[in-house]
Amino acid sequence: MSIQVRDITKTFGAFTALRDVTLEVPPGDLLALLGPSGSGKTTLLRIISGLEVPDSGQVLVHGEDVTDQPLRDRRVGFVFQHYALFRHMTVFENVAFGLRVRPRAERPSKAEIRERVMRLLQLVQLEQLTHRYPSQLSGGQRQRVALARALAVEPKILLLDEPFGALDAKVRKELRTWLRRLHDEIHVTSVFVTHDQEEALEVADRVVIMNEGRIEQVGSPEEVYHHPKTPFVYNFLGNVNLFHSRVENGKAYLGNTLIEVPKTGIHDSREAKVFIRPHLLNIERSQNGRTAFGARILHLNPAGPMVKVELETEWGDNILVELSQDRYRTLGLRKEEYVYVSPKEFQVYAEDYSI
Amino acid sequence: MAVKKHTVLPGFGLALGCTVLYLSLLVLIPIAGLLLRATSLSWMEFWEVVTSDRVLASFRISFLASLAAAGLNGVLGLVVAWVLVRYSFPLKGLVDGLVDLPFALPTAVAGISLTNLYSNSGWIGSRLEPLGIQVAYTPLGIVVALTFIGLPFVVRTLQPVLEDLDPEVEEAAASLGANRFQALRRVVIPSILPALLTGVALAFARAFGEYGSVVFISGNLPMRTEIAPLLIMTKLEQYDYAGATAIAVVMLLVSFSVLLFINLLTWWVRRGAARA
Repeated sequence: MSIQVRDITKTFGAFTALRDVTLEVPPGDLLALLGPSGSGKTTLLRIISGLEVPDSGQVLVHGEDVTDQPLRDRRVGFVFQHYALFRHMTVFENVAFGLRVRPRAERPSKAEIRERVMRLLQLVQLEQLTHRYPSQLSGGQRQRVALARALAVEPKILLLDEPFGALDAKVRKELRTWLRRLHDEIHVTSVFVTHDQEEALEVADRVVIMNEGRIEQVGSPEEVYHHPKTPFVYNFLGNVNLFHSRVENGKAYLGNTLIEVPKTGIHDSREAKVFIRPHLLNIERSQNGRTAFGARILHLNPAGPMVKVELETEWGDNILVELSQDRYRTLGLRKEEYVYVSPKEFQVYAEDYSI
Repeated sequence: MAVKKHTVLPGFGLALGCTVLYLSLLVLIPIAGLLLRATSLSWMEFWEVVTSDRVLASFRISFLASLAAAGLNGVLGLVVAWVLVRYSFPLKGLVDGLVDLPFALPTAVAGISLTNLYSNSGWIGSRLEPLGIQVAYTPLGIVVALTFIGLPFVVRTLQPVLEDLDPEVEEAAASLGANRFQALRRVVIPSILPALLTGVALAFARAFGEYGSVVFISGNLPMRTEIAPLLIMTKLEQYDYAGATAIAVVMLLVSFSVLLFINLLTWWVRRGAARA
């Protein structure tokens, strides 16, 4: 079912967590709310769930205004960052809880509850652990119990607050691939909060990037990564080198090197920002008539899929370049060497306007 | 060949020695002395002392009043602990400190103040009297005094457990459709029940042996408001040491049984939770 959020504002004392946020989640979508801490993403999720009440604005689920509906009537599946499992109940009882507390008339029979819980536990691959207690489970298993528990009430929408935040890196990766597959299977409209851009780009159908209580950009992972609308988005999605520049006659200055700003529409400006991702910079031995600037190698780190090279530009800024292992071997780079750096792709933001 | 054992926590032998010495001097030897003294009576004499009407009546009033006070503290203490943990309000620190007052106040002082308040001419007693409620010099007065001295036990055992209880767990229960009552009954109470039982048990044990605060408010009418500890005092004043120890031994057994019962119950609740 669809979710619509209209003009939501929320303050906590003097702190404004959300300013006039409007968002639409189409039915069956898996949407990521991405942003740094304090950007309002968790508050927005809690408002959608009913755990928090907005100062103004509306929340609609499947076209119905639920803003004033109490949490327990909303049929929202909520998965907490720290699982919030009932520690005195077994895995089975945790998952069955939502069915057991229903009013007698709507409550399924014992056999039905049993069948449904077991089906869910199979779905989250925990059918072997039904009689364990939360304290006897690993973090990843606890998170899967929390998910099964949320799904047991057949929620209209599923909301996950930093679902993998408390897990170690390897389990995180496994679990997010698994979440993606699970979503493809059950197709319930889902929103999850994360501060990990890799997680958002990998798992979600659409990504909402938030900053200081506002939405910066909404789009598919590909869109937001390749066509970031604001400097903030560019900066937040992955490593980036920032050059303070100025634009004259359609050309931007990188130190003394002029680079051609590809599309027209950017006006001359004294203050512009040029963003270049580390893997979109090339290292050359000679300038050879290319658009390139000189730099001295400060540090080389060849461990990992890409070789990370830290350099100091001729005008004294530190930048990061990522090279393929092949390219690194061909060039035979050494510390303290003087090389030329040329940009393959870049993004120019002049004042508030972008190209 | 001797294997040398290493441990990162040194001084085990010394610490255990101190513990045993301390417990022996303060607890075991006095209790042993008590039991020994009681053996100066034959079984028949012992039985006669502890089943005399006056003694039985004092046991009944002590036991029932302590039980009532502990039960009352279970409810009130839970509310106080809940308020202190979950809400913030002005002068919270002061209120928190007040909880410990029954620990610190000489019990006689507490007894005299309570008697003054609840007697027929007292500030509260004079308002209750027209309603037909007598507090001072009745069993109800004993319950009031025992509730007063037992409150900190329940509050202080519950507080850390409640602080440990994540509000997210209640939010989770609500998001799964549980109403407030169901969340309390199925989620909150089971998590804190062992601590609550322990607190009630401590409050009971304290109340059962309490003397100082009760003797003023109870009026000490034989058969009606005379508590067992007072009867021990009376016997001692009459140089009836054997009779006094006989009552003391029974009180010891009752206290021990109640503590054992509550500990078993706590263990059963924990395990029951681990079984359900």
